Amino acid sequence: MKMTAQEYARRIRKAGPPSPLGVDCLWAFCVGGGICLLGEVLRGRYLAMGAEPELAGTLVSCSLIALSAVLTTLGVYQKLAAHAGAGSLVPITGFANAVVSAAIEFKSEGYVPGTGAKMFLIAGPVIVYGTLSAVLYGGILWLVQWIGLV
Amino acid sequence: MGSRQGDTLLFDTPPVIAAQAAVGGKKEGEGPLAAMFDELCGDNRCGQSSWETAEKYLMLRAARLCLKKADLPQEEVSLVLAGDLQAQCTASGYAMRELGVPFAGVFGACSTMAESLAMGAALCSAGFAPNLLAAASSHFCAAERQFRTPLSYGAVRTPTAQWTATAAGCCLLRPAGEGVRIPAAAFGRVQDLGVRDINNMGAAMAPAAAATLTCFLQDTRTQPQDYDCIYTGDLGQVGSQLFRELLAAEGLVVKNHLDCGCILFDAKQQTVKSGASGPGCCAAVLCGHILPRLLRGSQKRVLFLATGALMSQTTFLQKESIPAVAHLVELRAPEQEGSQ
Repeated sequence: MKMTAQEYARRIRKAGPPSPLGVDCLWAFCVGGGICLLGEVLRGRYLAMGAEPELAGTLVSCSLIALSAVLTTLGVYQKLAAHAGAGSLVPITGFANAVVSAAIEFKSEGYVPGTGAKMFLIAGPVIVYGTLSAVLYGGILWLVQWIGLV
Repeated sequence: MGSRQGDTLLFDTPPVIAAQAAVGGKKEGEGPLAAMFDELCGDNRCGQSSWETAEKYLMLRAARLCLKKADLPQEEVSLVLAGDLQAQCTASGYAMRELGVPFAGVFGACSTMAESLAMGAALCSAGFAPNLLAAASSHFCAAERQFRTPLSYGAVRTPTAQWTATAAGCCLLRPAGEGVRIPAAAFGRVQDLGVRDINNMGAAMAPAAAATLTCFLQDTRTQPQDYDCIYTGDLGQVGSQLFRELLAAEGLVVKNHLDCGCILFDAKQQTVKSGASGPGCCAAVLCGHILPRLLRGSQKRVLFLATGALMSQTTFLQKESIPAVAHLVELRAPEQEGSQ
């Protein structure tokens, strides 16, 4: 071929239609914001029902996870996510979707080697690096306190 | 027999495609080419227990329908050359378990149909196969869970991404007789211009298509305009654009190019981004759309050029670039009295 890899890479950037950034951001903002708003409404309800603030927060997380799991099973969450992008990926509902979708998908390979083994296929790295980050920041905090800065 | 000119195989007595069948899934049945399929599944499970068995079903249905159209009992099939996208080509292997005929698995990713046809034509021409089946299939759901993410995982598809077709196509090849003729075929050389984006397969495969076509035209001393149409397999909108730009850099202006991946779905209405892909895409379009056109005589001479990306999930994760290959088959309308 007469075209070089560099020239071809330049042509690819021109040929590929760019992602509609404005529309994508608006979707992400509205859906992500909507999920957070729903969380706030639920938290208000739980507080009104007499729950302690900390318990109310936990209940909100549980409710959103359950809602996402149900919507994923019904095939609704992914349709919303196809437009919302990070708006539905970043909140806790996105994490629930990642776990539930893999659990459903690999059921055909059995409950142990399929659902059980592959449930955390996508969510696994989040847990691994989330835990690692927590250890790292915990260490820094301990060090800072030990030196006496805080 | 035949002769070889450069990379091109020229058959003295062109083998023929005596019958063909195309089977599709739900989305294919909602697209602009719905009427061309011999059979459509209302849902992508096709009444099977998994996506993988559904693809096996599609492949088997295409083979059985093809044999039925040719009125040929399966015992008389001398060889099946078939392939798919599933790991270890299981859709083809499991489908052929049901048929019980000699079978050789073929893997050329999305180029499988052209590869099977070219190999089949060579075997027919050499007198090794009086009745040979060439087939390819793909299934959106089986491919998604193998190459990307679970189906119900929420993710945005990039504008360059393509949609794997849920379809299968099967052709019956014979050394001579009635049907669309295959006077020439060419196996391509693997090309790699450094594309690493798994969501832009068209860009990864376009150099292979351009290289094989350029080589074939040189070998046969023909021009693009000598053909009624040059069909590529599944370059999609983005890949097709790049294919034409690569050819222009070689000094070739191609105005009669059509991509099977661009015509199987209505890209906007069916939200498939850059178009369709998968071995089943061009296999079904060939059997349902291209061959019937040649049989009707609305086209006389076309090129069928299918491209395949030869990476795996492992090489992709290891950040290797995506090599691709394109195989080409020349197709001519059936011989008619008074014509050449």
